[in-house]
Order: sequence, then structure tokens, then C-alpha cells
Amino acid sequence: MSEKKTKRRDFLFTATYAVGAVGVGAVVWPMIDQMNPDASVKALASTEVDVSSMNPGKTITVLWRGKPVFIRRRTKEEIAEAQSVNLNDLKHPEKDEDRAKNPEWLVMLGVCTHLGCVPLNDKGDYNGWFCPCHGSHYDISGRIRKGPAPTNMEIPKYEFVNSNTIKIG
Amino acid sequence: MSDQEYTPKSKFGKWFNDRLPLLTLASHLTDYPTPKNLNYWWTFGGILTFCLVTQIVTGLVLAMHYIAHADMAFDSVEHIMRDVNYGWLIRYIHANGASMFFLAVYIHIFRSLFYGSYKAPREIIWILGIIIYLLMMAAAFMGYVLPWGQMSFWGATVITNLFSAIPLVGEGIVTWLWGGYSVDNPTLTRFFTLHYLIPFLILGLVVLHIWALHIPGNNNPVGIDVKKPSKDTVPFHPYIVIKDTFALLMFGIVFAFFVFYTPNILGHADNYIEANPLVTPAHIVPEWYLLPFYAILRSVPDKLLGVIAMLSAIFILAALPWLDTSKIRSAVFRPLYRQFYWILVADVLILGYVGAMPAEGLYLLVARVATAYYFLHFLVILPVLGWKEKTLPIPLSITEPILGGSPNLATAKNKESLNS
Repeated sequence: MSEKKTKRRDFLFTATYAVGAVGVGAVVWPMIDQMNPDASVKALASTEVDVSSMNPGKTITVLWRGKPVFIRRRTKEEIAEAQSVNLNDLKHPEKDEDRAKNPEWLVMLGVCTHLGCVPLNDKGDYNGWFCPCHGSHYDISGRIRKGPAPTNMEIPKYEFVNSNTIKIG
Repeated sequence: MSDQEYTPKSKFGKWFNDRLPLLTLASHLTDYPTPKNLNYWWTFGGILTFCLVTQIVTGLVLAMHYIAHADMAFDSVEHIMRDVNYGWLIRYIHANGASMFFLAVYIHIFRSLFYGSYKAPREIIWILGIIIYLLMMAAAFMGYVLPWGQMSFWGATVITNLFSAIPLVGEGIVTWLWGGYSVDNPTLTRFFTLHYLIPFLILGLVVLHIWALHIPGNNNPVGIDVKKPSKDTVPFHPYIVIKDTFALLMFGIVFAFFVFYTPNILGHADNYIEANPLVTPAHIVPEWYLLPFYAILRSVPDKLLGVIAMLSAIFILAALPWLDTSKIRSAVFRPLYRQFYWILVADVLILGYVGAMPAEGLYLLVARVATAYYFLHFLVILPVLGWKEKTLPIPLSITEPILGGSPNLATAKNKESLNS
């Protein structure tokens, strides 16, 4: 066998492996990606909520993308309490001003950042929310204060369409 | 396998066996030489096979009546319970069958731990067993989701969220698992598909597990090698078949007690409330057989480390043949290991208990101590014990402890050749 012939065979092997790898990838990716959210799930992207009947101190829970969203109209005392917290005391430091653009209204995903349970209103050691599953305490700004959850409850994208309506998503 | 060549008696048998040696296989299975000192802890392999077949058969029937859709799943399960002929019976057998399956598998695993069945040359049998155990947990978890009750929904939410602890890609993986932004219909349909698939994967692994077992043969309570076939062994049929059948009947009494007298005691009342994504039940607990791992998860205050600790607690078992450095298999001849073995049993039971309790105060403290001890047992005690422990003299044959004096000559020779 001449050396040249061996090299041609090597080239064929390499080319075959390369095409094979691309082919396998092209087949495997659709099989994986089919499990991601489909078009009909993505279509349910936003929800509008009428908040005109809410008094201060009240929380409502609405469903957005299959997840609960808490909307709380906070009292003056609660706003003062949320804004007076020293950021050094927080596990995940965030200013209340950054979490509630309009301090009277707190809009956040009602999902515990530990393992996804729905925390309970007006419970826990910090006058905010308490997750019954594994004992995470959140304050009146939805910030994690005690327990296993790593971060504050998430703030979704939302806007006031008018003074009575909040659009989430 | 030390099979003599098998020749079928009939002409047709010979013709068939030359083309597909099924008769040779049947002959191997009936004549398979088994140590004659096997006790009743060795009957759980057969019991587990029974459990698997029971789950597959009842599961197939349930799948004929169940509807995997978020709007209909809960009602279809109630339809099975109320309308389908004997539906209540079949569902209760399936639901309690899962618990019986785990009861048997835990006894099977702890038997292996006591008699050192995981040690050379049986490491592959052991690792196959751990993979089967993992698949059982996956199947049980997904099966629990299918009735779409409150525990189904929130159990699924909590367990799938474990993956969100993975840095960077965690959230993406969870969305991918869900097929949406929360546990919902796409999650239910894929869980149903996988719940249907996994038992057949387990069945395949069970075949490999038994195949790997039949290469070295069974371990035994004395834990020494036996020469096969010899006076130390008996043929699988009829000796072991009868013993296994008797044990299976006893196990059936326990099984039937749960199915007929207290079919819901191992379940959770909240699962008779339809899934509601807005309300989490006050106290989420997994099924009893997952509680020790749940306790380990909750005893670590950090999310990622908690998940790592829980998974390590399972995967550490796969490394057991190499963590246990002792050459002596059976705890009968290991006075110190025997005591640590029972401490481990107590430790796992304590973890199971605190896993069912709220994660606070004294419970949390106990869970942390028990978690630390669990890892200490496998990572420190077992390796050190192999070096330090003064073991008792092991007998030359499995007949010797009973008859005393004159050991089986063949086995004695075999033993000597092994030691030299």
C-alpha cells in the first residue's frame, strides 16, 4: 500500500464522521426542542387585571402563564417599613424603590424562589409572605429574609395601562 | 456459569434448540446451583419481580381508562374508582403496589449491605441495582403526578424545580421539562409517556441484573465463595422456587392488608383535591419511600448544595463496592461493622421520620446530624473499618458452621486456592 492511498482513506473516515455528527445533531435537536414551550403556550403571554376595587392592605392573586402573580396595594406604614430596611441585612440586596415603581403597588410572581411553591400572604416573621413548603420568610417588598430561598421573589414585566388596570407581561 | 452441555431429549426439542437455545436457557434456570444456606432475606429478588409484573399489568389496565389531560385527569381517576368495573381494586393495587415495591427494594438493598453482596465479584450486579432503584424513583414520582391532585401538582413543581438550582442553565432546563412556564398540561402528557416507558426499561435492566447474578452465583449469609455445583449448593428448582413462593405468599398477605383494609394510609388526603396552581398545600411531603432523601435536601440551608447533597446520598451507593475496603463480605464475621450497620439503619429511619415533619427547630437539628452521619458512614467509617477492624475467622465452607469440624473438602480446597 502506498502512503497516498492511506491518506485518502483517512480523509474519507474523517469526512464520514463529520457528516455523521452533523446528521445526528440535526435529528437530535428537534427531538429535544419539541419539549420546550410550544407556540400556543407562548401565545398566552400577557394578562390585564382590573385593580379599581382594591383597598390598601389587600392582596389579590392572578394567574399569568400558569403562575400566580401577587398584586398588593400597600399601606403607608408598609411602604415606610419596606423602604427603611438596611440593604446590608438582605441576602439578595434590592431597594424597594427598584421593586415597586409605584410604591403603593407591589406586583410580583407569587412563586417561592426555592422550589416554586406559592407563599402565603400576611405570614412569616417579616410581615410579608411565608412559604409553607420549606420555611422561607419574605418581607413586605417580597425580599427573602430568612430560609432556604436564594433570591427575592421575581418582579415580572408589567405596566399601568390606566390608573385602574395593570397589564402583566 | 458452569453448565454442562444440555441436550434436549426429543428430536423436535433438539431441532429447535439447535436453532434457538431456549431449552438450554430453561435448563440453566432450573438447575442453577444456589447456596443451600440462603435465608428468607434472599427471597426479595423474587418478590421484587412479582412487584414489577404487578405494576406493569395493573398499569396497562389503568392506562385503558385514564385520560392524560390537565382538565380530565383528576376526573378520569375518580371515574376509574367509581364507574370502571373493579377499577377501585386495580387502582388500589397499583398505588399500594408502588409502596410494596419500595418496601421490598429497601429490604433487598439492606440485605445486600449486611451480607456484603455488593463486593467483588458482584459490583456490576450492585450498580445495575442502583440504576433500577433510580428508575423506580423516577417512575414513582411521575406516577404520583398523574392523578393531578394537589400533591401531584405541587410535588411535581418542587421536584422539577430542583433542576433550577443548576447555575446558568437551570431555569432553561426547568422550562424545558415543563414545556411551559409552570407545571401544566404539557408536563402531564410527557410524564404519562415516561411513566409508561420506565417500567419496561426496568424490566430490561432486571434481565441484565439476573444475568450478571448468574455469572458468579448468589452470595450467601456466610459470605464465602462456594464451589458450584457441589454439596454446598442446591438446584434452583424446586428448592429455591418453593422457598421464594412461600415468602411471596407471606408478602402477599401484607400487600392485601394495605389494599383491602387501609388503601389510602400510605397516600395523602390532599391528593383527593384537584390540582390548583394558586394554592400550595400547607405541608408538602413526598411519598414515604422518598422521605430520607427529602430530609437530606431540607437539612442543607443552601439551595444548590441541598440538591447536591440529596443526589450524592443516592449516587454514593454506586461507589460502595470501592468505599468498603474490607475483604470480608458478611457482617456475621465483622463485629464492628455489624454495629455500624444497625446505626445506619436507624439513621435512615430517623431521616425518614424527620423528612415527614416540618423543617424547623429540633426536627431540623436532628435532620442535620443524621445527614452528616449518613455521609460519615460511607465516606469515613467504611473505608477506615476495612483497615482497622479485627474480623472473626471465616469458616472454610458453608456447611462447617452447622456440622462443625470436617469441612466440605472441595470447598476447603477452593478456599485455599483463593487465599494463596
